[in-house]
Amino acid sequence: MSEPVLALDGVSRSFGPIEVLHGVSLALRPGRVHALIGENGAGKSTAMKILAGYQPPTSGTVRLDGAPTAFASIGEAEARGISMIHQEFNLAEQLTVEQNIFLGRELKRGLLLDKPAMRARTRELLDLLDCHVATDRKVSGLSNSDKQMTEIAKALLRETRVLIMDEPTAVLTSAETAVLMRQVRALRERGAAILFTSHKLDEVKGIADDLTIMRDGAVVWSGDASEKDEHAMASAMVGREMRDLYPAKGPAPGEVVLEVSGLNVPGHAEDISFTLRRGEILGVAGLIGSGRTETFEGLCGLRAATGEVRVKGRPVTIRHPWEALDLGLCYLTEDRKTRGLLLRKGMRENLTLQALDRFTHGLIDTTAEEAALDKAVREFDIRGSRAVRVGNLSGGNQQKLLFAKTMLSEPEIVVIDEPTRGVDIGTKQQMYGFIRGLATEGRAIVVISSEMQEVIGLADRVLVMRRGRVAGELAGAAASEDAIVRLAMGVLPAEETVA
Amino acid sequence: MKSPKIQMSVVGPVLALVVLLVLGASLNPSFLAWDNVTNVLARSAFIGIIAVGMTFVITAGGLDLSVGSMAAFIAGLMILVMNSALPSLGVGIPIVLLGMAVALAAGLVAGCLNGILISRLGIEAFIVTLGSMGIYRSLVTWLADGGTLSLDFGLRTFYQPVYYGGLFGVSWPIIVFALVVIVGEIAMRSTAFGRHCAAIGSNDQVAKYSSVKVARVRLTTYVVLGLLVGVATILYVPRLGSASPATGLLWELEAIAAVIIGGTMLRGGFGRVWGTVIGVLILSLIGNILNLTDLVSPYLNGAIQGAIIVLAVILQRDTRQGQ
Repeated sequence: MSEPVLALDGVSRSFGPIEVLHGVSLALRPGRVHALIGENGAGKSTAMKILAGYQPPTSGTVRLDGAPTAFASIGEAEARGISMIHQEFNLAEQLTVEQNIFLGRELKRGLLLDKPAMRARTRELLDLLDCHVATDRKVSGLSNSDKQMTEIAKALLRETRVLIMDEPTAVLTSAETAVLMRQVRALRERGAAILFTSHKLDEVKGIADDLTIMRDGAVVWSGDASEKDEHAMASAMVGREMRDLYPAKGPAPGEVVLEVSGLNVPGHAEDISFTLRRGEILGVAGLIGSGRTETFEGLCGLRAATGEVRVKGRPVTIRHPWEALDLGLCYLTEDRKTRGLLLRKGMRENLTLQALDRFTHGLIDTTAEEAALDKAVREFDIRGSRAVRVGNLSGGNQQKLLFAKTMLSEPEIVVIDEPTRGVDIGTKQQMYGFIRGLATEGRAIVVISSEMQEVIGLADRVLVMRRGRVAGELAGAAASEDAIVRLAMGVLPAEETVA
Repeated sequence: MKSPKIQMSVVGPVLALVVLLVLGASLNPSFLAWDNVTNVLARSAFIGIIAVGMTFVITAGGLDLSVGSMAAFIAGLMILVMNSALPSLGVGIPIVLLGMAVALAAGLVAGCLNGILISRLGIEAFIVTLGSMGIYRSLVTWLADGGTLSLDFGLRTFYQPVYYGGLFGVSWPIIVFALVVIVGEIAMRSTAFGRHCAAIGSNDQVAKYSSVKVARVRLTTYVVLGLLVGVATILYVPRLGSASPATGLLWELEAIAAVIIGGTMLRGGFGRVWGTVIGVLILSLIGNILNLTDLVSPYLNGAIQGAIIVLAVILQRDTRQGQ
C-alpha cells in the first residue's frame, strides 16, 4: 500500500482540563478515500481540524509525507496542499463563483484583475468536476451541490493533495450526493487523498476504501472498509456500556396531555403524529437535519406549521410562542448562546425574562426577582458570580440557568432540545436528574437529543425521525441504540438484510 | 465585581456636564443666571422629549431618522387645521385642544406607519425612516407651498403661554420635559416594557424564544416616539407660531446624538433615560457657551458637537472591551 501523505500519530487534544481526543492515529493515503465515522461528540471534527491545521494537537504528531509537521496556520496547511471543506461552506455569498474560487489568489495583469484568465481557469476546473454552473453566478443563488463543487474547485486551484470534507452529503439531496460521489471518485483517480465523515452508512459503504471508527475520543476500529458491513459499523459506533448516569425510570405515566397529528412544518417536517402523557419523558432521536428541532419549534409557534394539536383533549391553534406558553407548552432551545440567553445581561434579567409578568405589578418587583434567583441557584445548583454577565458563565451553568428560566414559567409540557450539549459529565448527570424530577412532578416532557445513550437512558418512549418524518416509535427494551440508529439512518434490521 | 471602567461609563457623561457647567460659569457670569438656565432648558425640551422616545427605539435595536421632518409636518398640519377651524371655533381653549389632538393623532399615525413597516414587514429601520424622513419633509414643503405656514395672529397670541407661560416661574416645556423623563426613566428601569426593549435590542432571537412579543414591543417603541414628537410639536408651535421646510431640521441627529452621548448603545440592548437627558443638556450647553463667550465662533457649534459624539462612542467601545 502507498505511503500515507498525511497522518495523525498518537494525537491527543485537550480543551482546558478535559481531554477530548485520546491517542488517535489515522493515515490518509494518496488515491484512497478514507471515511471517518462515529457518533456526535466522538471526536471526528477535532481530529479533522488537527489534520487541516486549524488546531494543534496537545500531544502526539501530525506527519506530512512521513515528516513531523506543525502547521502555524490554516494558510500554511493550505499552501502545503491540505484543504478542508466545512459542512456550512466557507464561501462569500455575495461574490460570484469565479470570484470565490480565486479569492485571495486573484490573477492580475499589472494593477488590474485579469478576468478573462480567471474565468477560463474556473471553467476548466468546473468542467473537470463535471459541474455546469455559470462562472459569473452569485454563490448565494447556487444549490448546495454547486456550492460544494465551488469549494472543491477552490481546493483544486490550490493544488490540493489532501481534501478533508466534514459531512459533505448532510445538506445534499440523493441526486446531488450521487454527483458528489462521482467527483470524489474522479479526484481519487487523480491521486488525491480524501477524508470524509458521514452519518449515512450506505454512502460510506459505497465509496470508502479505508475506514476509521471513533467513539468517545478514541479510535475503536481502523482498517479496510470492505471488512465491515453497515450493521457492523453501526454496532462499533455505539457499542458502549450504559453507565450509571441516568436516573431510574418513573412510574407508569398518567393521562394524555398532548396529541399531535399530521403536523407539517414546511421545508422541514411532514405528517408528524404522536401523543404525550403526564409524567412521561418522550425521547426524540434522529440525525442532525432530520427535522427534530423544526418540528417542535413549529409545534410551539416559533415557526410556521399546520396540523392538528390537542392540549388536554382541547383542540388548539398555536401561532406564537406566547400562545404556546399560555397553554403551558414551552420549548427550551438547543442553542443557548444565540437563542437561549442574553449573554450581555446578568442572571436575574435572564432568569425572569420569560415569566416577567409573574414579577410585574405595574412595576417589576426586583426583590421578588432576587428571591426567585436565590431559589433557582439553590434548586438547580447554578454556580458562578451573580454580578458577571451570563456570557462569562461556564456552559454547564448557562444550561442550568436556561433550564431554571424555562421552569420559572411553570410549563406543564416542556420540550427540551439537546439538554446536555457541550456540558461536562457531572452536569449531564444533574440535568438528567432534574428532567426526571420534572416528570415525576407530573409534567410531560419531550427530550430531543443527538446522543443515543441520552435518549435511551432518559426516555420512557422514543420517537425516531428521519428526513422530516417519523421513522418509528420504540418503547421499553425495543429502544436499543442499534434499533434507533437503524431507524435514524434508514438501515434495515440485520435479519431482514440477511433475508 | 464591577470594573472601574463600567463606573466610568456611568460617571463619564455626568462629569462632562459638570465640566461644561464650570467652564460656562467661569467664562460668563450670566451663564448660571435663572433666565439663561430656563432658556437653555426650554430650548432643550423639544429635542429632549423626542430623545426620550428615541432612547426606547435605540435600546430595542431600532433607529428613527424621521423625527425632525415628522415634527415639521405635524407642526404644519396643526397650523393648517387650527387656521381653518378658526371661523367656526373662534379663538379659545377648544381650538387649542383641537390642535393638540391633531398633533398627537398625527404623531401616533406616523409612528405606527414606521413601526408597522419595520416590525411587521421586517424592513430595515434605517431605510424605512430615511424614506419617511424625505416624505414628511416634502409634505411640509408642499403644505407651505415652499414658504412658511403661520398661525393666525390672534390664535398665536392666545396659544403663546403654552411655550412662554408656566408654573412657579418654570415654563411648560420644562415641566413637560421633566414629566416625560420621569415616566420614561421608570418605564425603562422598572417595567416589563423597558426590560423587553433591552432584551430585544440585546438579541431578538432570545427574546422570541422567551415568548416576548417582539414585533409588538418594537411597534410600541415607534408609536411612543411618534406620540412624543407630537408632544414636542405642541410645545414648539406656540414659540414661533409658524412652520416652514426648515422646521425641525437635523433634530433627528441631535436626538440620536443625545441618546448615544448618554450611554445608550447604538446597537441596542442597553439604554438609560437619565443619560439621554444629560446628553441633551451637554449638546445644548455647548451651543449656549459658544453664544455667550467669544472664545470660539458659534459657527463651530456643529463641529464640537460632532467631535463629542464620536468621543462618546469611542468611550463606549472601550467600556465594552474592558469587561
